[in-house]
Amino acid sequence: MKRLSLIVLSGIAAAALAACSHNPPPVTTPQQPNADSVAAAERARQDSIDRAAAEARAREEAERQRQQRIADSLAGLGKTTEAVRTMLATLVHFDYDKANIRSEDASVLDQKAAILQANPNLRIRISGHCDERGSDEYNLALGNRRATAAKQYLVSHGIEAARIETVSYGEERPIAQGHDEAAWAQNRRDEFEIIGGGDALKQP
Amino acid sequence: MERERTTLALAGVVLLSVFLTVPRSAAQDTSAVDRGVRIGIIYRPGVRPGLVVLPGVAAALDSVRAIIARDLDLSDRFELITLPGGDSIRVSAAPPSVAGRAPAGGRGGAAAGLNYQLYQALGADFAVGLGDTTVLAVHDVAAGGLRREFRSRLPPPKDPEFRMAVHRLADHILEATLGVGGIAATRILFVLDGKVYAIDQDGADKRLVSSSDHQAMSPAWAPDGRRFSYMEFWAGHGQLFVQPVGPGKRQPVATTGQALDFTPAFSPDGKTLAFSRATEEGTDIYTVNIKDNCCLQRLTVGRFSDNLSPTYSPDGQRIAFVSTRPGLPQVYVMAADGTDPQLFAPFDYGVTGSSNAPDWSPDGQSVAFHRDVGGTLQVFVLDVRTRAVRQLTSLGRNEDPTWAPDSRHLAFVSDRSGYRQLWIIDLETGRIRPLLQQSGARLPAWSPRLPETASSTP
Repeated sequence: MKRLSLIVLSGIAAAALAACSHNPPPVTTPQQPNADSVAAAERARQDSIDRAAAEARAREEAERQRQQRIADSLAGLGKTTEAVRTMLATLVHFDYDKANIRSEDASVLDQKAAILQANPNLRIRISGHCDERGSDEYNLALGNRRATAAKQYLVSHGIEAARIETVSYGEERPIAQGHDEAAWAQNRRDEFEIIGGGDALKQP
Repeated sequence: MERERTTLALAGVVLLSVFLTVPRSAAQDTSAVDRGVRIGIIYRPGVRPGLVVLPGVAAALDSVRAIIARDLDLSDRFELITLPGGDSIRVSAAPPSVAGRAPAGGRGGAAAGLNYQLYQALGADFAVGLGDTTVLAVHDVAAGGLRREFRSRLPPPKDPEFRMAVHRLADHILEATLGVGGIAATRILFVLDGKVYAIDQDGADKRLVSSSDHQAMSPAWAPDGRRFSYMEFWAGHGQLFVQPVGPGKRQPVATTGQALDFTPAFSPDGKTLAFSRATEEGTDIYTVNIKDNCCLQRLTVGRFSDNLSPTYSPDGQRIAFVSTRPGLPQVYVMAADGTDPQLFAPFDYGVTGSSNAPDWSPDGQSVAFHRDVGGTLQVFVLDVRTRAVRQLTSLGRNEDPTWAPDSRHLAFVSDRSGYRQLWIIDLETGRIRPLLQQSGARLPAWSPRLPETASSTP
């Protein structure tokens, strides 16, 4: 904004200068005044004022458009970031008391690997979760295996290990509260959380 | 009260009676024999000694009497005798002329004039009288005399120490009569809604002991009863804490930081904390010196298996733990330095379900754990010497057993009443009782006998 006002100011100053420079030279010799030339000079002066004003207006307009373009592209970027975040948050699920990545979940992890590759500053934490059927404390070890399984998959697909943390919450943080297979199946999962570099994310 | 069929290791299957007398083999009452204490009663196999708690002389003692009577009942070592006509029979109401036998062992005081014949006729072997606010008398009814007298100053009933002081009296009675340690002056830690609570063994006085915003798990007592440990989830890791029972701040266990550390267990000397640490290599058992906050040591190396849930033998020489090396988790044992790991609780490969949550009994003879039986968990006990395993429970889902200091009671989690809550089973009589009526309580840890000073808080 400061810059814009400077430009506008300098525009006005330029116009003023132009106006000055186009003033008819002071009459030093007694001469018959030429009405036409006076009018022409006057016209030229007026034109230059108009031109300067128009230029200033054009500059203003250009600046406005530039600002708009920046805002638009930021919004677009935001939409991308949101979309990438949603993709990244997609859960991976597991069979009962198992920690191997199911074939249908491999594509979900492939997508995450692509996102991590497209955004080299992105760092994530994978948390492994279990259903309520197993032993409470054993489930911490099982959830750890589930988180590690997803991490190993991503690392084997070219992601640096240091960019991925793992943790297990066992059965302590269920997302489905029921006590049936439908709820258990939802709770046997890996969650993916951004812990760094997630402000502006590129589509893979 | 629920009675449950209990398989006894030596006597085979014994059906538990719903009558006052509970049959059990003489061979099982080893606790007193082991200590070399003369029990001092004529032992009748299968019959527990009768005990009557006499009404107090003052109404102010009613609650003391009620707590003591309940504690003695919950010890499962006596037949508690109810006086005919309720409490209307007074302690020394019997006319001296009726007393056929003089209070031979009596040293006067509370013993004077006690109608031993009457109590003997009622089946009492012992009578407990509350003389006044400071005197508790234990009478040997058969011998017709005063056995022990305790003088203690009870705090006023409003005092937070009151109940524990009364519980301690109940334990004194157990020692004076049977020569065994009681479990009245103990508390049980447990987790409810991600926070750690403590409750007296009789189900009273529930208190919150960890009030952090972080979700907590796996409380464990230090052997001196003055500290406990537990795990909390912090961003991306599991942090262990050691917290004093009395006033004082909790301390994070120093050498842990970014890993997921869980299931802490104190060594019997209280200097070492064993725990499970989950990393990308899997879960393994480590120890750390909590006295000097140093010397992290890794005890197990299981690249393709998990090792967790350590529990020390009371002599500190061995650690029982859970290992997934056979595929499903099963109970293993190793030397306390991590050497010589071997299977502990036998199982049938491909048949027996997962076994978890071992807890070594304070007498060293048993390890309690839970095992998946047909898709639900049941409490089992391993005999350390014979390696025989017996199933204790069968009704509902039963898990996470923890031993009482008498090595005959276990607290555990069960949904037998329709929701998960804490229960207590007596292994000798099979009696099962709920500890508290609150859904969601889990991961219990039974304290040792609590020292005098530790009773204030929690």
